[in-house]
Amino acid sequence: MSPKTIYDKIWDAHVAHEADDGTCLLYIDRHLVHEVTSPQAFEGLRTSGRKVRAPDKTIAVPDHNVPTTLDRANAATMTEDSRIQVEALDKNAKDFGLHYYPVSDVRQGVVHIVGPEQGWTLPGMTVVCGDSHTATHGAFGSLAHGIGTSEVEHVLATQTLIQKKSKNMKVEITGKLAPGVTAKDVTMAVIGLTGTAGGTGYVIEYCGSVIESLSMEGRMTVCNMAIEGGARAGLIAPDQTTYDYCNGRPHAPRGAAWEAALTYWKTLFTDEGADFDKVLTIKGEDIAPLVTWGTSPEDVLAITDVVPDPASFEGGKVGAAQRSIDYMGLTVGQKLTDIEIDTVFIGSCTNGRIEDFRAAAAILKGKKIKEGMRAMVVPGSGLVRAQAEEEGIAQVFIDAGFEWRLAGCSMCLAMNPDQLAPGERCAATSNRNFEGRQGRGGRTHLVSPAMAAAAAITGRLTDVRDLM
Amino acid sequence: MEKFTSLSGIAAPMDLVNIDTDMIIPKQFLKTIKRSGLGVNLFDEMRYNLDGSEISDFVLNQPAYRDASILVAGDNFGCGSSREHAPWAIADFGIRCVISTSFADIFYNNCFKNGILPIVLPEDQRDALMEDAGNGANARIEVDLETQTVTGAGGETYHFELDAFKKHCLLNGLDDIGLTMEKVTSIDTFEAATATSRPWV
Ligand code: SF4
Repeated sequence: MSPKTIYDKIWDAHVAHEADDGTCLLYIDRHLVHEVTSPQAFEGLRTSGRKVRAPDKTIAVPDHNVPTTLDRANAATMTEDSRIQVEALDKNAKDFGLHYYPVSDVRQGVVHIVGPEQGWTLPGMTVVCGDSHTATHGAFGSLAHGIGTSEVEHVLATQTLIQKKSKNMKVEITGKLAPGVTAKDVTMAVIGLTGTAGGTGYVIEYCGSVIESLSMEGRMTVCNMAIEGGARAGLIAPDQTTYDYCNGRPHAPRGAAWEAALTYWKTLFTDEGADFDKVLTIKGEDIAPLVTWGTSPEDVLAITDVVPDPASFEGGKVGAAQRSIDYMGLTVGQKLTDIEIDTVFIGSCTNGRIEDFRAAAAILKGKKIKEGMRAMVVPGSGLVRAQAEEEGIAQVFIDAGFEWRLAGCSMCLAMNPDQLAPGERCAATSNRNFEGRQGRGGRTHLVSPAMAAAAAITGRLTDVRDLM
Repeated sequence: MEKFTSLSGIAAPMDLVNIDTDMIIPKQFLKTIKRSGLGVNLFDEMRYNLDGSEISDFVLNQPAYRDASILVAGDNFGCGSSREHAPWAIADFGIRCVISTSFADIFYNNCFKNGILPIVLPEDQRDALMEDAGNGANARIEVDLETQTVTGAGGETYHFELDAFKKHCLLNGLDDIGLTMEKVTSIDTFEAATATSRPWV
């Protein structure tokens, strides 16, 4: 048998039907659902009199719209249209018999944090969700990707997706990371190199000593942003770190079933000599703490750098760079560490997990944020929030001057009231710096949690290594 | 789903790389539970001032392009979120075809579910069509899905590639779910086998 990549193996194990032209029906093991991209899909099912084929494999949680303020139990904190969407999910979850974590449940949170936390996401699975950051779940060695609403309806009705196989790309991060450099910097470094379209048509396997040394939280951060590089999915072979994370989770197998699962999971690695269509190697030592300066996640630079000259780009990027600089209100040649910010957002499915909060709290401990700074920490789930409170991390944030919020997507995409005003500038641990992403006219610089904490203290983009 | 066979129309040029789904339809319009009515908010933040008045130099606000049914765009069109609201808004505005050198994966797939044809062409051909589109309402572009060709205003014809299955569905307006339901025995068989081989799933 010819050697296979882990992607080949998971793919082969899920083909329920293959047509002559290679179009496949890929069986879906886990379908995650949230309130924004699903109402039209459920409506479609009702109109055509169809049922959810596998409600026991379908998990729903509201996250994008929900308020994260402490008074959110009061429905009046939600705008009318947001409330309608959340209520529609409540109803759909009940009518169709899905696993559901409503706003009132302590396990509620961002769908990509809840899935792994509850043990729904396991190695070797196919996982989809009507959300591009479904790539996150690839950290477990599962094939996970975002789909549109029509596809959500398709999966609800058939538990399959019509797919053609993608190409294989290997991204290897060798060596070790320097102090102050995190998983977020790793994933941003990759996008900086490939560009936002570099991964289009590929499934990326991240590997190498740096990836192996990351915790599950760090691996989720890396895979989360695979989509920002255009990839269909990003994944990492499961190992002891993965098994340890999964073991004992509410929906992970137990006893003999666990042993059987483990035996299978141990076959999920890329065979010696397997073929990749594209290979990228980065030395861990070469990665510095990074920030984005522009309005595309590929606009990545080391914090020690300066705002680039649009003339230094090629083709359509010249105009795009100029547009970014104008939108972001920067000047060519300006030191990145001279950029003043007024808002800090720590949270999202990229960096809303306990390890992220520990990293930020380590920088903040005993310090205060700059006067006038609006700083907000939004846990990825109610359980992350509870754990941070137990570890005393919540208190560190509060003492430093941060708002300590309830779980949700919040200012990552600003569908709830957590938004930037025009011209406001934010250091954010989320994944997109698009124009208007955090509020119309708002300016976003993507950073790691530790870098966000450093910026909150000094009031400008800051090299976290100076505060360590 | 609406069929797509051929199209002759005005093409609006958007010479910008990485046009993302947040630009196409900003998140405040995702709070709907319907698929329709999003066309007025297509490219909302580029198209309207904060007070709701039109930004006159935005391409779709110019008299020549108000009835555009084709968009010619920079590289990597549709990157970002999976929101199908993006193709819904595009279709609702009346655009049935987008031409670029590359598309983000999820957006590309979403187009086919909504009767929109995304066409990938090499850079020089896209640039030529971009130039045509710049000539306003006098320059019509013709698209024919059956023969997989685009014809510019000057008569130059370009061939484009696309997946045969996607083409078939679009030409005939076929509903994916209905097609898959025809293979339900394969799904049943697969599910039964998995229940034994991977019972923890
Ligand atoms: S946290 Fe942000 S990126 Fe993640 S699912 Fe929510 S909105 Fe999307």
